[in-house]
Amino acid sequence: MSKTPSSTSPLPEPGSRFPDFAFKWVAAGAAFMIVVLIVMVGWQLYAGSRMALSQFGFGFLWSSEWDPVQDKYGALPFIFGTLVSSLLALLIAVPLGVATAIFLTELAPLKLRQPIVMAIEMLAAVPSVIFGLWGIFVLIPWLRDHLFVWLRHYFGYLPLFQGPIYGVSMLAAGIVVAIMILPIITSISREILRSVPNLQREAAYALGATRWEVLKIAVLSYARRGLFGAAVLGLGRALGETMAVTMVIGNRPQISASLFAPGYTLASVIANEFTEATSDLYLNSLFELGLVLMGVAILVNAAAQLMLKSMTGSGPIKVN
Amino acid sequence: MADSPYLPTEAFARWRKMKSTAVTAVLVVCALAVIAPLFLVIYFLVVHGSSSIDWNFFTQLPKPTGETGGGMANAIVGTVTLLAMASIVGVPLGVLGGIYLAEYGSDRANDWLRFAADVLNGVPSIVWGMVVYLMLVVPFKTFSAYAGGVALGFMMVPLVMRTTEEVLILVPQSYREAALALGVARWKMIMVIVVRTALKGIATGVIVALARIAGETAPLLFTALGNNFWNHNLKEPIAALPLQIFAYAISPYDDWHRQAWAGALVLMALILALNIIVRVLSRDRIHKN
Repeated sequence: MSKTPSSTSPLPEPGSRFPDFAFKWVAAGAAFMIVVLIVMVGWQLYAGSRMALSQFGFGFLWSSEWDPVQDKYGALPFIFGTLVSSLLALLIAVPLGVATAIFLTELAPLKLRQPIVMAIEMLAAVPSVIFGLWGIFVLIPWLRDHLFVWLRHYFGYLPLFQGPIYGVSMLAAGIVVAIMILPIITSISREILRSVPNLQREAAYALGATRWEVLKIAVLSYARRGLFGAAVLGLGRALGETMAVTMVIGNRPQISASLFAPGYTLASVIANEFTEATSDLYLNSLFELGLVLMGVAILVNAAAQLMLKSMTGSGPIKVN
Repeated sequence: MADSPYLPTEAFARWRKMKSTAVTAVLVVCALAVIAPLFLVIYFLVVHGSSSIDWNFFTQLPKPTGETGGGMANAIVGTVTLLAMASIVGVPLGVLGGIYLAEYGSDRANDWLRFAADVLNGVPSIVWGMVVYLMLVVPFKTFSAYAGGVALGFMMVPLVMRTTEEVLILVPQSYREAALALGVARWKMIMVIVVRTALKGIATGVIVALARIAGETAPLLFTALGNNFWNHNLKEPIAALPLQIFAYAISPYDDWHRQAWAGALVLMALILALNIIVRVLSRDRIHKN
């Protein structure tokens, strides 16, 4: 790009390099906004909860008292509720999701695959609040009158299925969250199973294995780690689920062995009480709950990303 | 015992085949169980929703407690307004970020940025509400449409960024080389050749992100807050369909439940429409390649 006299060159004068430089840095700025946003989220939650952090220290995490009148706050019932409802959801969604992924990659007729995949994508598009509405008016009455009664009748000797049935409950929340995380677990599992080399399967078939044996020895053992990653990613989603859970879990800060009992989660207590928080300490405590929630969600998500990355090797898996 | 190799071969083979068939049946049942909720949700949305939708629903404001009738006109307009504001925040940041990842960034920095975007994608939506509350609601001392739009916009950034990067990478390298060889400045090459070529893909990504955030309720609870009247000033609270559905669903009134179903049906229709646009756009893209 040396200076050429414009009279002899068909090229225009080389322009200033400034626009190029500026554009690059604007784009870089936008990309690094991602990092800025993460730091900002962490900082704001920390700033918002400083008062509660200094007042309660780590005791906040295992105190089960939540009494706005006395200005005493503890996170345990919410941590318990979040963990139990998310684990229940995983317990239901992982086997179903993985089985569906197997069905889709290994044995569904080609014509059926696309419609089923589309249906699952549509399920993922249903907003949380609509699942909540459906949960309140369709699912919960059915659970209360049929499934829960049945469970108590046949498994009532377990502490899990004892006590009065209200309908709104930890189990209802688990079921709704399971439905909501099924699409992501299914689609990631499907990606994982599709990355299993066909040679694996062919080798097993060549040895005379039946379809189930092929799945067991050639496909699942190969994909195990990735499927675990899919489950962890589902857990990350389940932990932060807010609206649907708030609408079906009953919102009572208690720790109960029974899955029929109402519970409360980190996300739903924030959703319900944030605008009603009357004292600064109250609001600070809610922010601290948010901090706990975000910390756990980010850790779980990061772990899932790393697991999936090491599984697929080439390039990250698309998660949305 | 079942897997013992000492069983008579024929019986054993039959047992193995039976087991395989049983597993196949279980898999089919599981697949049905996974898609069943979709049809159950849609069925009840249509049944309860369609009987509650009338002209008033689209033209009137919510009626005060105790009066029947009214509609969600303000919430429908509010949702569209919030989506537009979210796009103003999320699209430029996301697209420029995607351009950086695809056109400039080094491999190592990109790995980290992608990882950060995926992690950010996993931040629970309620947390966005709290953060924007501290950023925009506390300093200005009022819940506002701006705050709601910004909260949704932040959620769009990682989504748009990742899809933009993916479609820009698909633009053939020779296009870039041809443009640069003609002496076009790099930024112009990117904007006029690369982004232009991938425009449809970028638009698809933006619509996917919009469909994702259109139904978000949690980030709006303490930012946009909701409003029973028309919003005349974006510095004031604004109604949104998801907020209105939530408020009506947990209310004790039958007439409000009816309207919640109607609102849910409209919201679902909006999201489905966005998804259909995405399908049409991406089908064209596949055909062209």
